[in-house]
Formats: sequence, structure tokens, C-alpha cells
Amino acid sequence: MNALARHRYHRAAPVVLVLLLLGLIAGIAAAVSTASSAEATTATADDVTEGQKLFAANCASCHGLDAQGTDGVAPSLVGVGAAAVDFQVGTGRMPMQASGPQAIAKRPQFSAEEISQLAAYVASLGAGPAVPTAEQVDPELGDAANGMELFRTNCAMCHGSVGGGGALTQGKYAPNLWETTPTHIYEAMLVGPQSMPVFNDANIDPEGKRDIIAFLKAQDEGSPGGLRLGAIGPVAEGMWGWLVALGLIIASTVWIGARSS
Amino acid sequence: MSTTENPTEHGPEGSEKQNGFENPGLPYHRPRRADVDPKADKKAERQVAALFGVSIIGTIVAIGSYMALDMTDEIDSIRFVNMAIGLGIFLAMIGIGLGAIHWAKTLMRDHEMVEERHALRSSDEGREGAIQNLKDGVEDSGLGGVKRRPVLVGSMLTALLAAPLALLWPQIGNMGADWNISNFGHTMWRKGMRLTRDPDGTPIKASDVTIGSAFHVIPEGLNELEHHKIEEKAKAVVLLLRLDPRDLNLQPGREDWSFDGIIAFSKICTHVGCPVALYEQQTHHLLCPCHQSTFDVANGAKVVFGPAKRPLPQLPIAVDDEGYIVAQSDFHEPIGPSYWTRLHDTSDGLHADDDTEGSSH
Amino acid sequence: MGARLDSAAAGTANYIDERTSIGGFVKFFARKLFPDHWSFMLGEIALYSFVVLLLSGVFLTAFFVPSMTIVEYDGPLATMQGVEMSEAFASTLHMSFEVPGGLLMRQIHHWAALLFTAAIVTHMARVFFTGAFRKPRELNWLVGFTLMILSLAAGFSGYSLPDDVLSGNGLRIIEGVTRSIPIVGEYISYWIFGGEFPGEILIPRLFTMHILLVPGLILVLIALHLFLVFLHKHTQYPGGGRTHKNVVGLPLFPVYTAKAGGFFFVVFGIVALVAAIFTINPVWNYGPYDPSPVSAGTQPDWYILFVDGALRLMPGWLFDVIPMEWEIWGYTLSWNLLVPALILPGLFFGFLALYPWIEAWATGDRGEKHVLDRPRNAPVRTGIGVALITFYVVLVMEGSNDIIANLFHLSLNDLTYFFRIGIFVLPALAFWITRRICFGLQRKDRELVLHGKETGRIVRHEHGEYVEVHEPLTDEERWVLIQHDDIAPLEIEPEFNDRGVRRKGYRWDRFKQWLSRIYFEKRISPVTAEELAEAQHEHGHH
Repeated sequence: MNALARHRYHRAAPVVLVLLLLGLIAGIAAAVSTASSAEATTATADDVTEGQKLFAANCASCHGLDAQGTDGVAPSLVGVGAAAVDFQVGTGRMPMQASGPQAIAKRPQFSAEEISQLAAYVASLGAGPAVPTAEQVDPELGDAANGMELFRTNCAMCHGSVGGGGALTQGKYAPNLWETTPTHIYEAMLVGPQSMPVFNDANIDPEGKRDIIAFLKAQDEGSPGGLRLGAIGPVAEGMWGWLVALGLIIASTVWIGARSS
Repeated sequence: MSTTENPTEHGPEGSEKQNGFENPGLPYHRPRRADVDPKADKKAERQVAALFGVSIIGTIVAIGSYMALDMTDEIDSIRFVNMAIGLGIFLAMIGIGLGAIHWAKTLMRDHEMVEERHALRSSDEGREGAIQNLKDGVEDSGLGGVKRRPVLVGSMLTALLAAPLALLWPQIGNMGADWNISNFGHTMWRKGMRLTRDPDGTPIKASDVTIGSAFHVIPEGLNELEHHKIEEKAKAVVLLLRLDPRDLNLQPGREDWSFDGIIAFSKICTHVGCPVALYEQQTHHLLCPCHQSTFDVANGAKVVFGPAKRPLPQLPIAVDDEGYIVAQSDFHEPIGPSYWTRLHDTSDGLHADDDTEGSSH
Repeated sequence: MGARLDSAAAGTANYIDERTSIGGFVKFFARKLFPDHWSFMLGEIALYSFVVLLLSGVFLTAFFVPSMTIVEYDGPLATMQGVEMSEAFASTLHMSFEVPGGLLMRQIHHWAALLFTAAIVTHMARVFFTGAFRKPRELNWLVGFTLMILSLAAGFSGYSLPDDVLSGNGLRIIEGVTRSIPIVGEYISYWIFGGEFPGEILIPRLFTMHILLVPGLILVLIALHLFLVFLHKHTQYPGGGRTHKNVVGLPLFPVYTAKAGGFFFVVFGIVALVAAIFTINPVWNYGPYDPSPVSAGTQPDWYILFVDGALRLMPGWLFDVIPMEWEIWGYTLSWNLLVPALILPGLFFGFLALYPWIEAWATGDRGEKHVLDRPRNAPVRTGIGVALITFYVVLVMEGSNDIIANLFHLSLNDLTYFFRIGIFVLPALAFWITRRICFGLQRKDRELVLHGKETGRIVRHEHGEYVEVHEPLTDEERWVLIQHDDIAPLEIEPEFNDRGVRRKGYRWDRFKQWLSRIYFEKRISPVTAEELAEAQHEHGHH
């Protein structure tokens, strides 16, 4: 009896395995990025000079040599802080390659070191939010239940109930958050990139931000009900109900109705 | 009921003509392999038995998983138990189903039979009998006929029509609580009431609200309400935003309703009542996720897209001595979707000086 | 042993029969014939998913607490620790996370509900396209239609029970729509919710509706539906030996007992399989109801989605100038709610319910119809059916426009503009295309009857011409293609009789004639025996 149960376990195992694997990958990615952001907090004068060179070569065409921005093209970067640079460049949104409804996340164009140099340069232009420390974004230290309440009051309307993403107006969208690193999630709340509103520390305090990260991290465990079909709600469920459940059953009616040879 | 086997000769029903063609009658019945080959017959029998066997295994899997597997706090373990029991039930059911159907298809008769239909209409005698019986009944009762009793009929019908009211009136009367629909017209906001964070209820300083921020707001004291907390929250939730004052076009008559670019709107959609909460800080547009009404915060939350017709009601705000944001009054119109008597509940700032009592009209 | 068993069975049968005269029923029912076709099993899917709903529902009632009393969560779920929620939500979490197999039962119940409604719609479409609603089955169409409406009520009331944010926002939409009804709307809202939204009484009320009132009505109507099926005997597809006066099939006992009985287990098995693998309605993601939050992807289950789509589609301002909310003599009339949520579904469902009579007026046929139509032989009906489905699908797509926009990187505003035009254009286009396809298929049928099937064999005539050999159809093959009626538009009696007096009921007749012309003005008649003889004569001359 037990052996039979085990047998079923193996047949169900791929699903569980895939989810575990996804969790593992996300975990490693998170660990790597927190390590890099920890380095970023110690900026030297050298970094600022290196960052200025990188800025002149890669960013100045839109943001201007003095980072004051160009009307209608790119905003001023004075006072946006290191967090904004780490977020925008670290998620590959900047440099922007093509204009569209919004800047799209892609593979970062710069190394972690270059990003921290750029951040150091922009931070030197005017005071702004800094890159958070590893401790500030550690999901282990957060309270997922408080994170759930904060997330659904402040975030779920755009990013979906558990961060699966959602549409905004005119082709803009709130991205899926499952692959986003804790540091980038934290920075996004601080700086309010693009359409996203700013959630400063007076609105959601640093502990609250960490709780939100813990809540999102808890999604890595997947759903107790099995595959979660994108976790985007009843539309996906309805489609699967029609295609899979009704589809399989109608296929069986065709077999039942056919004459045996 | 006449059921006849269908060998080749046509019954009378097969001789119908259509468009000049003769109905060719039932096709020749081709025997199955299992009908003619004893080996195929035995094989089908074994297959059916095997399918029933699958079902028995499935039952064992389901019960075994239930007994042997532990469900802990881990999501994995819950998923695993559900999956194991579910797959057991699947096998237990599908085995019986496929077995029975395979049995029917291969081993039971597949030689079609014919049954005559009869018109559904009753026979003429039947109908006449029915009509006569009804007529007799009407005559006996005095509902009609020679000895018609109109007073009886009239009073009975009146009584029958009225009697349900004896049941419905008190029942329906009770179901609507106090029926005080003027509650739709006002919320718990009062002059001087602080705007606090949703859900923890901490007050907000004007300096906390930096440009581009979006605060989800509930009235001070909401969390402490003993009664109707959720009903009050459903009406009183507010979205507090700060725009660059240069981007904000103040509406005539509302020049002093906002504070240095800080502005508050009801979060309840004027279309059908969903929380409008998707704020795009670059375009200053608020989007409702339910039906996608889009409101332009920079222009008095007027509708720029979607099914809503009216702007979101604005909550007049000010800053108190300690720097906290407070309401100047209740909303000046009912929040949320439209309804028949909405305009009757629309006050012109009646609550502005009224901080004790919440009655509108 | 066997003999003893037999005599025991005989004894039991005798005991029961002497007290119930059940023998007559058994004799009548046991060898009742049912025609064999896969499409006749669609209604069974609905019936069986309803049985699965009853079975799993009984389990759920053992754990669900229909109460809106607020409690603090204290269970295994980390993301809910200490969160305030109603007992309804807490008990849903409890049965999902702490009762082994409880979540499975919830998922079986919810998947079965989606299947129930989907199967009803599919079954209805089959009945519509094959003309199975014609005399004498019009009343049974109405019974089935009512069951469809009840299935929506059952589904929506169940969807709302866990008291989560998603379903709570759904209820708030219902409340808004209810309030928009002129004059009485506000009072109806108070009546439903026991005061202001959401109140503290709604979940218990919905619970009673969901587990007693609606399923009770469904059970009674299912009994009536099946009784009428037995009374009318099943319809059958055209074929040799099948007429309007007989039914050709296999007996209820044992063949359909095994097939249909076995099919119940197949349906149950597949629902269990889907429920074991796929999450449905993860209420722990949405959290307990709170009027402030809302999440992207706030939509109802698929069967209500069309109403949500209509609500999204309707502009608040027509062409940015005409308001869709009127203020007349101090009262407010919200067309932007009334039209999409009440008037449009009312017209759509009203048309569906009345359809059998509409078509009966057009054909003027009074006979019982037991042989089904091939959809191509009723081009206007088939066109109307496809147009209705297209209309419905446009609404469903608009109801999912944010999901579509996000998935395919489109703008939801553009999608809405597209569907606002599409809702008028696409159904008309679908009607026109479908009717043309039907005519094309009918022409092909005529070709087949007149000239036979292509065999792929090419032969060369003596005078050098190459021709493909056509093989004539067998009698049975031909019968399927020519057995349908050739219905001409109604002829009506003149308006005035010979004495110049205007006839009573003339207008009504004119209406029926107008309808009939829509259906049958343009038609392709089946081949007649004379035409075939003529064609064969020509072939002979080749």
C-alpha cells in the first residue's frame, strides 16, 4: 500500500521538482544580487570618476552630459539617488533601446561593478535614496503576513494578488515580480520608477518593505493546489476548464460513441 | 411498446419517401471481432477486468495516501497529499468508467433496435373525456355553469392573492434592516478628522507625502469602530496623492481643497463601486481594474476612458497644527456608483461645519 | 448457490412489485432505446458534473462555516498569521490547509462547477444547431434554458461564499448594478444585503441559496427535463431506416446502463485528475474580504465574464459628448450600468428562450420533428447560432482584455475600442460567413448526389479526353444528403376577402411571412429523384 503510494509520488514528482527548481534558481539569484548590492554601498572617489566616464559614454546622449535631462526625452537624474540607478540599470531597463509604452526589463548591459560606479556618480550629483543593505532586503527577517496586508493594499491592484503582473493603460503594464531580486523590489518601492508611484519610508517603512519582500518570497513555494496557471485569476481557470476538463471529456464521448471494430 | 430486431427487411417506417427517394432502411449490421472470434471476445473480457483492476488500485492509492502521508505546514506536503489522493480518486473512477464502457462496446449488443414513436397528442376520446370531467368539476363546484357562485369565486381569488403577503410582507420587511437608504449619501469623514494609513490607521503628515507618492487612506478611528466598521470602510476609503503643484489644475470652487499638490479622492469607482487604485504617477491617471474606467487626477479626476461617467468625488483636505493631513468635511456628494435618488443625497458641503452629527438630508 | 441467489432475487422482486407494481415500469424502461452519438452525451456531462458537485459539496458543508463573524487567523499558513478575517474565510483556509484531501474536494467542487456550466452551454449549442428544440420539445428547451440560468446562480452564489477579496469585489459590482435599477434599486440592495454593503448577513443568506434553494430547484428541473426526454424519446440523426416516427438505438439496460453509467465515472475521474493537478480559486492569494484592496485580474468565473465584458465595453460618454448617465427631474438613470448588466443580458437570454417559437413561426410547420437537422441544411439558424456565439465571445474577450493585453503586449484601451466596434460588426460578419459556408456545403452535397464521389482514378476515353471516374453513392449515403425538407417561404392569405373585408390576424401573418422570408427566401433545395434521373441520363450520354 505504501509502496503504491510512493509510486504515485514519483509520477507527480516532476511538477513538484520543477517548482522546487524554480524556487532554487530564484533563491540563488537573490543571494547573488544581495551580495553585489552590499558591495555597492561602499563608493569611493574612484568609483565616481569611473561612473562619470560610463555616464558620458552611455547615458549622456539622452540625459545630458550634466545629467540635467532633456525635455520630452529623458528626465533629470539629479537627486534620484543610487537606488534609482541600481534599479534601472541593474534590471536592464536602462539604457533604453527602443521607445515604447514603457522601458522593458532585459539582460543588464553593465557588470555589477560598473553599475555601482554609475550609481556612485549619480548619487554624487544630489542626495537621493541609497541602495538598500543586504539586511534590509533579507526575506528571512520579514513578516510575510504583514507583507500580505501591505502588498494587497498598495501593490496587488497593479501587480496582481501575488505578484503575477497585470495590465495598465495604453499598453503599459505592471511586471511580474517572481523573478525580481529583493534589492530591486526594494529600490522600486523607494524610487517609483516610470508609472509606479513612490512608496517612501513614511508610507511603507523599511520593515514593511522587507515584509513585502518576504510575502513575495513565500510565493516561491508555489500553490498547495498544484500548478497555479499563472496565478492570474478566473480567466485562466476558465480557459483551462474548457480546454482541458471539457476537452478530455468530449474526447472520451467520441470514443464512447464510436462503434467498436 | 413494440421493439423489433432489425434484420434486413424494412419495417413500415422504412418505406417513407422524401424528395422522391425511398428511405433505404437500416444498414446491414456488421458483426464485431468479439462477436465472431472467441479469442477477441476473451481478450476484451481480460481488458475490461484489467480496467476494473486499475480502479481497485486507485482506491488503494487514495486511501493509502490519506493514511500514510502526513500534512505539515509545508506547502509542498499539502500539495503532495492532495495530488496523491486526487490521482487515486482519478484512477478509482476512470477504471470503472472505462471498464464499463469497454464492456458495453465490445461485449454487449451493438445491434441496433427500432422502436415506434407515437404522437404525443392524446386520443380524441381521451381529450373529450378530460374536457367532460373538467366541465363536471366546474359545474359541481359552482365555479361556472348553471349554478355559478361569483361571490365565492371572487372572495376566494382575493384571499389567495392576498395570503402570500401575510408571509412575504414581514419576511421581506425584516430583511432590509432599517431601510435607511439615505446612508448611501454620506460617509464617516468629518471636519478635522485625520487621514490615516490603510490598514494600520496611523496619521499622515503632509511632509510624508512626497511627490509621486500614493497613500491608501482610511479615516482616523475607523479601526476602533464597534459597529459597521466594514460598511464605513467600504464608503470612506480614500486615495491620497501628491503631484507637482505645477501639474495640478485646481477645479473652480475647489481651490482650497488640496494642499501644495496633495490631493485626496474617493477610492470607490463612480461606475459600479470597485476600488479605483491603479495610479500611474507619470500620467496622473487612475485606473479601475474591474472595468477600466480611467480618471485624470490632474484635472479633478474627470473620466478620460471607460464606462464611468462622473469624476471621483474629491475629499477636501487641510493640514492641522501638528502638520497632519485632516479632512475639511465629508464628501460633498455621495461616493460610489449612481443610483436613483443620488442627487437628493448630494449636499453642498453641509458637513463642513458639522463635526458631531453625520446626517445629510 | 446460484439457484438460491436467483430465488432470493425473485422473492425480493415479488415483495417490491406487490407493493408498488414496479414491474410495469421496469418492463417499460429497461428496453427503452437510445440512439448512439457522441454529441448526445453533452447533456450527460452536465448531469454528472452536477452529481459530482452534490457529492463534493456535502463534504465541504462539513467544514465550511457560513458566518461573517471576525476571527483572527491561527493556522499553518505563514502569510495569514494574525490576520483578521470572517469565519467563512477562516474555515475555507482550515479545510484547505489542515484537512487532508480538503483542498482537493474544494478544487473538485470548483472545477466541476466550471465544467457544469460549460457542459450546459455546449449541450445547448448542440440542441440549437441540430434543431432538437422543435416540436414537441419546445417546453423542454425552456426547462433546459431555466437550468442554464440556475447554474449561473448556483455558480455565482458559491463563488462568493469564501468571502475573499476577489469575490467580495464581485459582490460589490452586483450591489452597484442592483442600486442602478430605477426607483426600487436602492431598496432591493438593502433587501439583499440586509442594510448597507457588505453587511454581516450576506454569507449566510448566500449559503442557504447555494446549498438549498438553487440546487433544490435544479434537481426538480433535472427530473422534469429527463422525464420529458423519456416521454418524447430521444431525437436521432438522419440515416437509413430513421424517420420522424421511430427511434433506432440500443436499449437502456444493459447497454446504456453500462455506457452512461460508466461515463459518470469517466467524468468524475477527469474532474479529480484536473483538481489534483491544477489550482483553482486560490483564496489564500486574494486574502479575506476588505473593501479597500483589489487586485489586477479581478474577474468573475468564466460564465459571468460576459457581463463583466459588457460593463467594460459600454462607454460612460458616447463619442465623448453624450453622457450615459442621465439626470432627469432630480433622479439619476445610469444607462452605463442598466444597458450592459441588465438590458443586454435580458435581450440575449430572452431571444434564446423564445427561439423555438420564432423559428416555428417562420416555418409554419406543425409536425413533430424527431430526426435532427444537419446544421448546413438550416443556414439561417446556423448563422444565427454562430452570430450569438460570436457576440458572447466578444464580450468574454472584452472581459479578459487586461489579461489579453498583458499576454500579447497590447493596449487594453485599443482592445476596448476594437471590441466596441466588433460587438456590432463581428456577429453580423459571422452570420454572413456561416450562411455562405452552409450554402457551399449544401451545393457540395448536391454535387455528390448528382455526380457521385471522386475516386481518384483517371481514365482516358477513346477520343482522347481524360476524365476522373465518379462512383455513385450508395442508397444509404445518398439518403443522408437528400432526406431533409425543402421549406419554402410562407404563403399567406390575402388581406381582404372577396367581400372586401379586412381579415383578422393579417398583420400577424405578415410578420410571420417576413420572418419566413428571412429564413427561406434564399435556399438550396435537396436533389429530387427526377433531378438525379436526369443527371444519370446525361452521364449515360457521355
